[in-house]
Amino acid sequence: MSKNKYDVIIVGGGISGCAVAWKLSRYNLDVLLLEKDPDVATGTTKANTAIIHAGYNADPNKQKGRLNTKGNVQIKDIVKDLSVPFEEIGSLVVGMEGDDLSVLDELLEKGKKNGVEGLEIVDREWIIENEPHINRDVKAALWAPTAGIITPWEFALAMAENAVANGVEVKLETEVLDVYTEADKVKGVKTNQGDFAADYVVNAAGLYADEVAKMVGVEKIDIHPRKGEYYIYDHAKDFEINHVLFPIPTKISKGIVCTPTVEHNLLIGPTSDFVDSKEDLATTTEGLNKVFNGAQKMFPELTLKDSIRVFAGLRAADTTEDFVIEAAENVHGFINVAGIQSPGLSSAPAIADLAAELLSEQGLELKEKKNVIEKREEPARFYEISNEERAAYAEEDKEYGQIICRCETVSLKEIKDAINGPIPARTVNAVKRRTRAGAGRCQGGFCGPRVTQIIADELGIKPTEVRLEKDNSNIVEHKIKGLLGSQGDAE
Amino acid sequence: MIKIEKDVVVIGGGPAGLAAAAKVYDNGVKDVVILERDFELGGILPQCIHNGFGLHHFGEELTGPEYSQRFENDVEERDIEVKLNTMVLDVTADKKVFAMNKDQGAMEIQAKAVILAMGCRERTAGALGIPGTRPAGVLTAGTAQRFTNIEGYVPGEKVVILGSGDIGLIMARRMRLEGADVKAVCEILPYTGGLTRNVVQCLEDYDIPLKLNHTVTKIIGNDRLEAVEITEVDENMKPIPETSEIVEADTLLLSVGLIPENELSKKAEVALDDRTGGPVVNEGRETNVDGIFACGNVLHVHDLVDWVTEESQIAGDWAAKYINDDYKRSEKKIDVKAGENVSYVIPQSIELEAEDRKRIPLYMRVSTPLTAIDIELYADGEKLYSFSEPFGKPGEMISVPLAQKTLNDLDEVSEIRVDIIEKEGE
Repeated sequence: MSKNKYDVIIVGGGISGCAVAWKLSRYNLDVLLLEKDPDVATGTTKANTAIIHAGYNADPNKQKGRLNTKGNVQIKDIVKDLSVPFEEIGSLVVGMEGDDLSVLDELLEKGKKNGVEGLEIVDREWIIENEPHINRDVKAALWAPTAGIITPWEFALAMAENAVANGVEVKLETEVLDVYTEADKVKGVKTNQGDFAADYVVNAAGLYADEVAKMVGVEKIDIHPRKGEYYIYDHAKDFEINHVLFPIPTKISKGIVCTPTVEHNLLIGPTSDFVDSKEDLATTTEGLNKVFNGAQKMFPELTLKDSIRVFAGLRAADTTEDFVIEAAENVHGFINVAGIQSPGLSSAPAIADLAAELLSEQGLELKEKKNVIEKREEPARFYEISNEERAAYAEEDKEYGQIICRCETVSLKEIKDAINGPIPARTVNAVKRRTRAGAGRCQGGFCGPRVTQIIADELGIKPTEVRLEKDNSNIVEHKIKGLLGSQGDAE
Repeated sequence: MIKIEKDVVVIGGGPAGLAAAAKVYDNGVKDVVILERDFELGGILPQCIHNGFGLHHFGEELTGPEYSQRFENDVEERDIEVKLNTMVLDVTADKKVFAMNKDQGAMEIQAKAVILAMGCRERTAGALGIPGTRPAGVLTAGTAQRFTNIEGYVPGEKVVILGSGDIGLIMARRMRLEGADVKAVCEILPYTGGLTRNVVQCLEDYDIPLKLNHTVTKIIGNDRLEAVEITEVDENMKPIPETSEIVEADTLLLSVGLIPENELSKKAEVALDDRTGGPVVNEGRETNVDGIFACGNVLHVHDLVDWVTEESQIAGDWAAKYINDDYKRSEKKIDVKAGENVSYVIPQSIELEAEDRKRIPLYMRVSTPLTAIDIELYADGEKLYSFSEPFGKPGEMISVPLAQKTLNDLDEVSEIRVDIIEKEGE
């Protein structure tokens, strides 16, 4: 299957790498996407606020500002083509009693410069009518109707799957260890799975983009991980929240956001704290308190009763606090797509366009392919459909009739399809991201053992080899009596 | 979609559903079906391979599978219809039950009465919001028990258990018997949440340390659990940072509470009680929704399955009366209230008219533990009588009877209150 030589190798299967793969799959090119982990979208892409920003907050003089608004517009077509859960619910930046409300006017002006449509300042009455449970200290807000919510990992996965459908190769668990150059030209990459040749390399390595850049001598990129902590709530909440709600922003952060998710959970967060390690994904007491207190300022009735999970993600922030999307100066054929922090998700298609443009400037011929597959088939998504629709699916295939995850209503067929999909789900978390099995209130307490067994059966491995996410994350370690030295009834 | 009509649909084939279904049948209502989501009957009992079941109900000590088998046999002997691997996705207030399975696909069953017997789920690490990472090796004690006793796999080798609920205590011993190093059971409260006999037989007999007033304050390890931070807490349950210690572990089991699983009940517009997490019921275990009954752990979390059986037989009896038109809510309703140091009382009301009523057991739990207690019953503020017990522990349910004689005298009463107080002079 593997070719000896590719036109382009993309390093990293996060939202940016997947978007670039999707974009390049429109052209007559041999493209290879390499991801070090067992699934795409396992880094920053899986742990963020899941928002498509309107684009008023980004500095118009930065790449962020230029790409956010464009991406926001593009995404609305892409989610339709690729069947990605998305809702354009709009966002509010909410000013409370005692806040500096002039910030709202500044944001409005910035938004206009960035070309954001539909922005307006709304008054207390409007806000209370549209968000009945909001703090009564609310004074005014910036309303951005074009903002939306999305399932970020599915957005990345959908682009990667569509790229595969259009001929891109994806190799998981393939870590780039070095980039080969010859006479200041990119020649290929060295990985833990062998060497792959290519004339062009796109560095979309997220938190590790600086390290990959250094492989070709680019020293200017410097990624400082900035942690964001979150709470996620069950569907059953005390009250509804209808929009993405921001407090008045500070210099480095948009503050604690309260937002519904596309799957009707409530998400609150994030904090914004620089950390030393790119592996530091731990939540903290202080961070979680900050998140909850921040959210409670917006919604005084909020409690922690229906919270089902806490998590933390790391923003891959460059010291410039801007995206660094550019060709390397010293090496021909090397494009950096680095420093992709918020609004990276919102900008993804625009980032991919820019990367393609840069590749073209470097001499890559972008010849449009005939017969591009534009659509991705919508997965069954039992969690959100009616009983009548579920019944119809079950008539089509009996395995839809067997429900494995009770909290999120996920069928056996959906889980098997995920494991055998274009980018196969090989881990329990990969199945969870694709189907929502284990994403509900019992957090896999009931379906976990069954999902583990289904993965083992479908992949033809032992249950003791089934992983939660990465290496060394096995769900179960031994057969019973294994710790007592029994060799009996070995598999 | 298949459409079916049934007199009684029992949702859940665990001990509650099995006992209720058999009782319904024995009262002459034979058009009953049990819907069970798992591949076998028995609910959680098949994975409870330890003994200690049945002392109250059968006067002998059984294992979980043995206890369950007796009720499975009852159902089989009566030829009661059972649908396994069948998940109920919806119940409406007019008693339409929507369910699915692999063989029959989707079905809508119109029931005359529904018995909710879905049991409970475990509180998770995510719900507790324990700071730290989210690695493999952090699971609830019940899930670990299923892996070990049903699937045949041991989650890990070095184990810390958070919470001293019964499943946690049982799993401490189970993991030790599998050769694991069980480092400690941490309990944030100054007393255990489980039965005394489990503390003795599962921890003390195996020299497993029980750390009261301790909790897990950090989960460490990105991929596989590497260690946990254990910290002592003060009287307000706030961690005392200088007492923290790091304990190497590849497995953290949580036994930090059970939550009645009432998502379906909510869909059927059943009113819930904040204190129990289960439906508000009358003495027949009927909810606020006409003809929808509830019993077992979906109603309130039990410590002994024997009480589940008793309660489910009550629900089965009354559900059959409901079908047989021998059921009437009386004009007068007596509210049953949890008073001083009582966290809840089941049932929450007494309102049914019946000729042959003998006695009504009141199930209750004490809020804070006491040695030597008086359980006092008041009718509209006037003391009826009291019972003495040697102790009251939140982990051990207390059952107090309301005798028929008492009930007959309660015609004018609108409220019964229960207080549990420290016995005077002790």
